Amino acid sequence: MTDSELDHLATEMDVILNAVARVQEVATADIKPTSHPVPISNITRPDVVVPSLTSEQALSGAPAKEDGRFRVPQILGEE
Amino acid sequence: MITRSAYEMSQALGSGEITSVALTQQHFDRIAQVDADVHAFLYLDHEGAMAQARAVDTARANGEKVGPLAGVPLALKDVMVQKGIPTTAGSKILEGWRPPYDATLVTKLKDAGVVILGKTNMDEFAMGSSTENSAYGPTHNPWDLTRIPGGSGGGSSAAIAAFEAPLAIGTDTGGSIRQPAAVTGTVGVKPTYGGVSRYGLIAFSSSLDQAGPCARTVLDAALLHEVIAGHDVKDATSINAPVPQVVKAAKSGEVKGMKIGVVKELNGDGYQAGVRSRFEESLELLAKAGAEIIEVSCPNFEYALAAYYLIAPSECSSNLARFDAMRYGLRVGDDEGVSAELVMNLTREVGLGREVKRRIILGAYALSSGYYDAYYGSAQKVRTLIIQDFDRAFASADVLVSPTSPTTAFKIGDKVDDPLAMYLNDIATIPVNMAGICGMSLPSGLAPEDGLPVGFQIMAPAMQDQRMYSVGAALEAELLTKWGAPLLSQIPALGGIK
Repeated sequence: MTDSELDHLATEMDVILNAVARVQEVATADIKPTSHPVPISNITRPDVVVPSLTSEQALSGAPAKEDGRFRVPQILGEE
Repeated sequence: MITRSAYEMSQALGSGEITSVALTQQHFDRIAQVDADVHAFLYLDHEGAMAQARAVDTARANGEKVGPLAGVPLALKDVMVQKGIPTTAGSKILEGWRPPYDATLVTKLKDAGVVILGKTNMDEFAMGSSTENSAYGPTHNPWDLTRIPGGSGGGSSAAIAAFEAPLAIGTDTGGSIRQPAAVTGTVGVKPTYGGVSRYGLIAFSSSLDQAGPCARTVLDAALLHEVIAGHDVKDATSINAPVPQVVKAAKSGEVKGMKIGVVKELNGDGYQAGVRSRFEESLELLAKAGAEIIEVSCPNFEYALAAYYLIAPSECSSNLARFDAMRYGLRVGDDEGVSAELVMNLTREVGLGREVKRRIILGAYALSSGYYDAYYGSAQKVRTLIIQDFDRAFASADVLVSPTSPTTAFKIGDKVDDPLAMYLNDIATIPVNMAGICGMSLPSGLAPEDGLPVGFQIMAPAMQDQRMYSVGAALEAELLTKWGAPLLSQIPALGGIK
């Protein structure tokens, strides 16, 4: 983020956090949390090979590619 | 022809009154005429649309059986991926990206012969209530071009209100289908969570996001709903059950003996006078049609907005980590010797807008060690309380109702610098997403003080989507009798066509 974005956000964040902290008023220890509205579990599909993207298709939106792979900036070797 | 409903267009196609090629061209002509003012579209796929229209016309001419919406044009929200068609989600970070696959919903539309005209404008990554957060400029409300068309799906709602398309697809995480429908005088439906596949929907908040139909009539929304709904093995949260019979419900519009619960907490202070008077009038009409109106209380709804602005940002801070400048989309600062981490930082600084950054940071904070229980954990508990409120309310009422949005469309620019004021637009729509149930907004008239459309919201239990279509169709019929013509016949003329 730029410095001006940071300045703006720092003030806004206080206001927003104060507003959303209201959830603590009713969130007592005896209430179970809900992470997902529909109770489902262990969804699997049959273990069968199905067609997927070719390497060319998967690379079609890559900002940079080389030898059929994504080319990425340097990851190791920094100070 | 462009001012007719999708159902009427479908009948005209079936009887040979018009071809899909001609109908599609009429819509492109209309777009050329008004979209410089409205800015509903980010991309037009003239070639693909005409090819689909020709294919449907040929199939019809050969006597092949085609679906009810075959040959009817549609506008697709730019958050749904369509193979080979630029898809941005309203963000610079995806500018120029052409997805290598179709969303399940797009596959279903294509298979049904629906003609996809192009992609519609939206708040970046569907975060917003005004479409002002689009990186490509705001969309304007066809009722008054100085006002917002709602958000995040303002492009879809504006396209329908301006007769640029009879149908559109929206997505609704906290109200992004229903609130735009309310402020543009159109119909918008958020189906039950899991009712429509999310495969190929660029994720904002995975436990809340749901795609659904936008239209000018309740029946049109139902026809589109049945095309896009159904189980999908590619979406693990997709519900494996028969699609609710929403077309049948929309055609019957039967409410005799139904109990309609008015949610006490979603009315009153903070709601514009004209919004309240139109709401009361709609209740009277539903009573006249044979429904029983009762009052219900959902005391925890007052915490829904706060909980939403913790849960949605938390999930988005995780979902948007995929925009890392490595595999697709924008990459900035990739010079010799620059690290991947710095490239990611630079790309996200340039590629993401202010509201998106605000929510990513808020979410990362809410999930961080030491704050998790106080913020995200508490919000999840509020979610449980909201579900319990709905369960109690639905024990005494078949559907629940409220105004869709507390105000009519506000002026572009009025709330951009006040995030909390902006968030209040979704106060009546958010509880539905939190509980995973279904909700609809349909027009209930114009507010007397400003002459702008007001939305009426109907909520039904999970996988009981047909109930809101019954009630919506009944109210729509009563209002049509009262008005003598659809509400959109009162929209100011754009480009000479009303």
